[in-house]
Amino acid sequence: MDVIAELSRPLLSPAFLVAATADTGRVGPLGLAGSLVLVAVVVAVSRWRHLDLGREVVVACTLALVQLLLVGVGLGLVVGDGHPLWPSWIWVAVMLVYAAWITSRRAPEVPGLFGLAWVALAAALAVSLAVVFGLGVFNLTSRTLVPTAGLIVGNALTSTVVVARRAVEDLRDKRSEVEARLALGLPAEQAARPHIRSALRTALSPQIERTRAVGLVALPGAMTGLLLAGVDPLVAVAVQAVVMYLVLGSAAVVGAVLALGLIPRLFTPDHRLRPLPRPADPT
Amino acid sequence: MAALFSFEGVAVAFQGVKILADVDLELPEGGCTVLVGPSGSGKSTLLRLCNRLEAPTAGLLRFRGEDVALLDPLRHRRRVGMVFQRPIAFGGNVLDNLRVARPDVTAAGAAEALARVGLPELFLEREQATLSGGEGQRACLARTLLAEPEVLLLDEPTASLDTDAAAGLERLAMSLAAGGTSLLWVTHDPAQADRLADRLVVVGGGRVEARWT
Repeated sequence: MDVIAELSRPLLSPAFLVAATADTGRVGPLGLAGSLVLVAVVVAVSRWRHLDLGREVVVACTLALVQLLLVGVGLGLVVGDGHPLWPSWIWVAVMLVYAAWITSRRAPEVPGLFGLAWVALAAALAVSLAVVFGLGVFNLTSRTLVPTAGLIVGNALTSTVVVARRAVEDLRDKRSEVEARLALGLPAEQAARPHIRSALRTALSPQIERTRAVGLVALPGAMTGLLLAGVDPLVAVAVQAVVMYLVLGSAAVVGAVLALGLIPRLFTPDHRLRPLPRPADPT
Repeated sequence: MAALFSFEGVAVAFQGVKILADVDLELPEGGCTVLVGPSGSGKSTLLRLCNRLEAPTAGLLRFRGEDVALLDPLRHRRRVGMVFQRPIAFGGNVLDNLRVARPDVTAAGAAEALARVGLPELFLEREQATLSGGEGQRACLARTLLAEPEVLLLDEPTASLDTDAAAGLERLAMSLAAGGTSLLWVTHDPAQADRLADRLVVVGGGRVEARWT
């Protein structure tokens, strides 16, 4: 079965509002309502174990549904057969800015992270899209651009936050070791190198492990979604493999760019480690 | 001849807290100058200024007449070496640690560096993190000396050592001073200051309170 034809299936067509057939996993309103039983399970567990998370769960699930519906409506305007590409590129650009903003909010202890995160995420996106579309893995259409870019940015965002926070924590906690290297006359980049390396490994190792274990422990999300939509399993596997390699590659690119950009932000021009106060306790 | 270090109205503040205020001080070349004072008095900050690990928020610091802010910081730190309060081990064995200071040091050169601080050659293969306090501090000194500094800053280097190890390190430092290396030694121990000092600077509350030659 043609991968592109499968990817082009209108998952958000009016058929979405009709109860799914048992074969394809399309979800209608009744099906969606039925899945709320699982949310009720979480609330019940929270009450039983006195976790006080019930309200938080309901709010989060409600927000998620509303956000997804809004995104779905928006995507319906942008993505589709015959749609021009420029609205999709605008969507991707907005995604990038928002992802960079989220990164800076999640790692406020890193000065100037918004700009650096934007550059790192953009680099990951550029490399990944160039490979995916330039080498013809997917055809470049509005229907393939936004989901692919979203997948790359979403996963690279996690790596960005992990690298940034871990690097700062390591440099802060091992300040004496960093300054002992600086005191020997080493430049900031060399003094920070073991700690940046540790941060990169921390970000990449889980991705590598997930890639190694894929299919053995659980079917990953992209493949599950495609199977539920009725795509041939081997086609779904091919797409999933592409997705995995995209995620791994983008994590590596993001990490590499961050590693270069963090040094000037965390050290002064005369190779002194800046004060790195701990972030305020959110409680 | 210009002083080794000249502090001219030097102040250091961090987040509104004054650590050093209006320090005017000249530290001459040669011998051992001891900076003594209670914990939190600012004496370690004075030392860190000399190695450019800190920068003044006001005033001017000169090294042999030149503004430290205008010197190449990496070259300056190799000329003005620093040993910290606790021995700091980088990953790997002692030889790996020595090569952080001088990547091209040969095994023979490394053995010579250890001999200079009274450690045997067989220590080269030992993991630096497994050395005792005294051994570790000597290994750190060997590492710093590989850069051939003209000045040695020692920030309470015996604070974490037992009496014998401390005495050994003091003798070692004095031999370096006798060999022409200028020492700046920070301590909170008046007895140690008395033993070591060719000249004494008393630091208190972020200010220089007295000095004797």
